[in-house]
Amino acid sequence: MAIRKLLVANRGEIAVRIIRAAKELGLATVQVHSLADADSLAVKLADEAVPIGPPAASKSYLKIDAILEAARQTGADAVHPGYGFLAENADFADAVEAAGMVWVGPKGDSIRVMGDKVAARIAAKAAGVPVVPGSDGRIDDPDQARALALSIGFPVMIKAAAGGGGRGIRIAHDLEEFERLMPQASAEAKAAFGDGGLYMEKVIERARHIEVQVLGDGSRAVHCFERECSLQRRRQKVWEEAPSASLPQAMRERLCASAVALAEAVGYRGAGTLEYLYDDASGQFYFIEMNTRIQVEHPVTEMVTGLDLVREMIRIAGGEPLRYRQEDIRLKGHAIEVRICAEDPSKGFQPAPGTVAALRVPGGAGVRFDTMLYQGYTVPPFYDSLLGKLIVWDEDRPAALARMARALDELAVEGLPTTRPLHMALARDADVARADFHTRWLEPWLERNAHRLEETPK
Amino acid sequence: MAKQILSPLPGTFYRRPAPDKPAYKEVGDTVAVGDVIGLIEVMKSFNEVAADQAGVITAFPADDEEPVMAGQPLVELG
Repeated sequence: MAIRKLLVANRGEIAVRIIRAAKELGLATVQVHSLADADSLAVKLADEAVPIGPPAASKSYLKIDAILEAARQTGADAVHPGYGFLAENADFADAVEAAGMVWVGPKGDSIRVMGDKVAARIAAKAAGVPVVPGSDGRIDDPDQARALALSIGFPVMIKAAAGGGGRGIRIAHDLEEFERLMPQASAEAKAAFGDGGLYMEKVIERARHIEVQVLGDGSRAVHCFERECSLQRRRQKVWEEAPSASLPQAMRERLCASAVALAEAVGYRGAGTLEYLYDDASGQFYFIEMNTRIQVEHPVTEMVTGLDLVREMIRIAGGEPLRYRQEDIRLKGHAIEVRICAEDPSKGFQPAPGTVAALRVPGGAGVRFDTMLYQGYTVPPFYDSLLGKLIVWDEDRPAALARMARALDELAVEGLPTTRPLHMALARDADVARADFHTRWLEPWLERNAHRLEETPK
Repeated sequence: MAKQILSPLPGTFYRRPAPDKPAYKEVGDTVAVGDVIGLIEVMKSFNEVAADQAGVITAFPADDEEPVMAGQPLVELG
């Protein structure tokens, strides 16, 4: 079905990004918004705007009925969910299609399969994609658990099969510790969730986070190479690159081919990302999960491939077959993205909303700033702290790092603290220059470099 | 004028530590300086609001789970 009018069921910088892509395709745009977002940039840029509820996301951006009603009122024939909120809600995907509209994303059933850790793991194994060694689902028998621990090798993580949130997680470094911890983990799981079933997984101690971008049209899929997002704080990515500086070419080819195999095996439609842990000491990679949506860090892939991923996902949703063969997609140069958030890195990353008193946006060759900010805009306190993403491209990684440092020098957001000082320090860090990092590198670095994280007045 | 405890931050006011837990304080309760009277959620981060004055609570001018501005009264003390 050809799309004519696209409703954006999201907010912030990604809503702006989607509106831009839709306009370039000649589509009319509808922005739904909470009462707190009436003066947002997305509302200003969209052709129409519809208020759908009070500030709390649970009463607006997560209200399926209100969003569908806004679509009906405005005659929208497609819905783009962005990331977060309802983007990976299979019931919302189904409801949009049941209402006779196009869902810009994979089928609800694909979201269900890939969103379930155990089902995704089974699908990955069936497609020949390596997964973190562990139990394929819950394990109740202690003898079986012990045998499995010995076969996958220590350290082993033991966690509750039910629930989440870190409760019931234990790490055993040897068999003796395993024998002691397993009954504890089971008892804690039983107390917390009423179910003592456990799940076991090998602990990959020094891993990089590497993910592969894919595009599929339901029958065929291509990859758009990988991103490395190893710089994380509290499991949140703060700095992303494409390609990974740590991946030998042969490994890149294997990794990306595995992602295409899995996407094709599940008949994937739209843009998606397969996340892996990569152990560069052993050269092993392990699939961890698939995100069935556009991701925050998609621009680095766009910069090194020249593709417009958001535009492509809209075209595919509208029924067009994939426009690229794998050999059409070429990797050129190096791109880096940093997340500019309304947080004060010198005060434990305390979030701080406020009004943008002045804004200076960096420019020049190879610089892109995807943001929701404008001068005079008041950042509301009700949503996440992401203000924008500064992205640079250059011919190689050292040049991209120098360009990022220069662009960060130019960026000025006055009126509220941002994470700019963190990125300025990282862009000039010797370990970062060597790409010598892993997913647990940043947190200790933050403790050692606390004195470098204050915004310096000019 | 009655004493008030003001919100230190803009965000969403919560009177209970978790949806399934009782409220920190009710009307009629005695508050000492430093007692937690609620939470303000700012950009998905939860901040405890400690009383900066002592007294007996006569009213909650801000409703549970509602948006508040920095400086808006959360509690009135008698």
